[in-house]
Amino acid sequence: MSDTVKSGGKFLGRPGGDGGGGNGNGNGGGQLVARGLGVFARQREATVLVVTVALLLYFGLTHASTFITQTNAVDLLSEIMAPIAIIAIGEVLLLICGEMDLSVGFIYTLAPIVTLFAINDYHVPALLAVILGLLTGVVAGWVNGFITVTLGVPSFITTIGTGFILGGIALTVTHAEPSPSPPIAVGVGKWLGVPGNPWQWAPFVWAVVLVAIFHVVLTRTRWGLYTISAGGNLLGAREAGINVGRIKYGNFMITGFMGALVGLQTAFYTNTVDPLAGGYTPMFYAVIAAVIGGTAMLGGSGTIVGAFLGAIVLASLTDGFDIIGVSANPLGIIFGGAILVAMIANVQLARLRGAGRAI
Amino acid sequence: MTAQDPGTQFSAADGPAPDDVLRVEHVSKRFGAVTALRDINLHLRRGEVLALLGDNGAGKSTLMKIICGFQPPDTGRILVNGQDVALKSVEHARSLGIDIVYQDLALVPGLSVYHNMFLNREKVRGPLLNNREMRRIAREHLDEMGVNIPSVTVNVAQLSGGQRQAIAVARAVFENAKILLLDEPLAAMGVKEGAMILELVQDLKRRGDVSVIIIAHNYGQVFEICDRVNLVQQGEITFDKPSSETSVEELTDLVVKEYRQALEERQRSA
Repeated sequence: MSDTVKSGGKFLGRPGGDGGGGNGNGNGGGQLVARGLGVFARQREATVLVVTVALLLYFGLTHASTFITQTNAVDLLSEIMAPIAIIAIGEVLLLICGEMDLSVGFIYTLAPIVTLFAINDYHVPALLAVILGLLTGVVAGWVNGFITVTLGVPSFITTIGTGFILGGIALTVTHAEPSPSPPIAVGVGKWLGVPGNPWQWAPFVWAVVLVAIFHVVLTRTRWGLYTISAGGNLLGAREAGINVGRIKYGNFMITGFMGALVGLQTAFYTNTVDPLAGGYTPMFYAVIAAVIGGTAMLGGSGTIVGAFLGAIVLASLTDGFDIIGVSANPLGIIFGGAILVAMIANVQLARLRGAGRAI
Repeated sequence: MTAQDPGTQFSAADGPAPDDVLRVEHVSKRFGAVTALRDINLHLRRGEVLALLGDNGAGKSTLMKIICGFQPPDTGRILVNGQDVALKSVEHARSLGIDIVYQDLALVPGLSVYHNMFLNREKVRGPLLNNREMRRIAREHLDEMGVNIPSVTVNVAQLSGGQRQAIAVARAVFENAKILLLDEPLAAMGVKEGAMILELVQDLKRRGDVSVIIIAHNYGQVFEICDRVNLVQQGEITFDKPSSETSVEELTDLVVKEYRQALEERQRSA
């Protein structure tokens, strides 16, 4: 993991250092340990990586027999972490460009319902039905973009509104009744993740692959630069001729896609299309993962690898406390406290880093 | 068109001047009941540094917005290299080599210096950014312009106001600006920082192919590096002299006179 973190190229700049050749210097062999540590400390993902490793070590050492098992690894990484991480990809992109999607959890609810109806009522082939489910997310994202960018409603309000509507549609068309996933779709569904080896690892693999792809998109493509520009200096980005609206539309659509994907994965994994699945919880977890990972709530900066680590932190806490046997009632207290501690560490360390490199 | 004071009003519309890169002829602009510009004439020679001085609200900013294509004039025309151009947008003006640098407005703080230099003009290899190439060119260009920053990989957020301003200027030149408008380039800047920007403008002057209009409120700071001074008062250019033929004292007298008149008018109406 640390390799991925260190390759975050542009964050490796060394102010006051080597006159511009700073990039990539942390990767060579034979570097001094101190210098490596210095480079590491400048990574925005550094704090959350330390927290992640500490949590995994703590649960791993104190409850080795239950924590370090395949069953638990699947619980932690595929069932809990992957949905958070995948949705967080979208939220990171949106937060960076100065927007937010509170409706993504309801896209999660609706997408498998669309797939289910396409198969059961319209006899659409399974693969096509799954694609229709994913498209639902993309379309919902487009609508969020249209209302936010074109009609000028703040995304916070837009997505509360569309969230209610999507949730309402889900309850209305299903009469609030869950149904089993359509059996003919299981051939496609196993690629998204179903219990049992090896398919139970699919959600985790999706998360890792998507995080890797979008990390590259954010740090190595124009799309990423323009996303950062849109949130960092909207006027400046427009002045430079960047079509900021297009970037925001696109990031809403990416987020919608991610919500739909996670909804479909959960439906296949649990073999249930549940109109009460999703909702606000997955969205909040994703946003918290993004922010713990170092993404600025006010836009202009953020990292997808950080959000991935943030998702592991949240998943470790959920899973770890479950293993320790903390009952559900006080779990919220511990969970909330842990989130705040992680965030305080983040903010304070960022302040120290900032002081260290002020010119 | 309002009557002009023949003694002080320079008329660019009179007589040919082939080395003018920019001419503003008889430009007026009203916003509702307020007349922001009254039959303005202004010209800028190739390689020249022109100071556009004036009080807040005198019309400097409106004039700059018209020259950089942000808004059209009500009447009058703009000529670039002798060609009448109806500026349609900021992009259109930029394609003609006119660029404006606002302090702190142009750059994205969360991006590195070199990404800012190439914003929306990135070098790519397939779908990916060619960061190495962009770093190399950005470093060369900044070195050539004498802009002193620790590294092109630093995020702009970590630079001082003067360094940011210098990079914004360097970027405009890098993008082939031939007519550069600097809006209050020294505002809120320390002496050292300000000196860096002035030096940068002097370097541009030495290159000779970039003409600069510096919009300034505090003329004492920019006087030394200017070839010519225009004073804007109440929507009109009331003063136009080479800086060799005027002095900070004369400019101060003019401005003080304006203040005194305004004061007397207030007292009379009270």
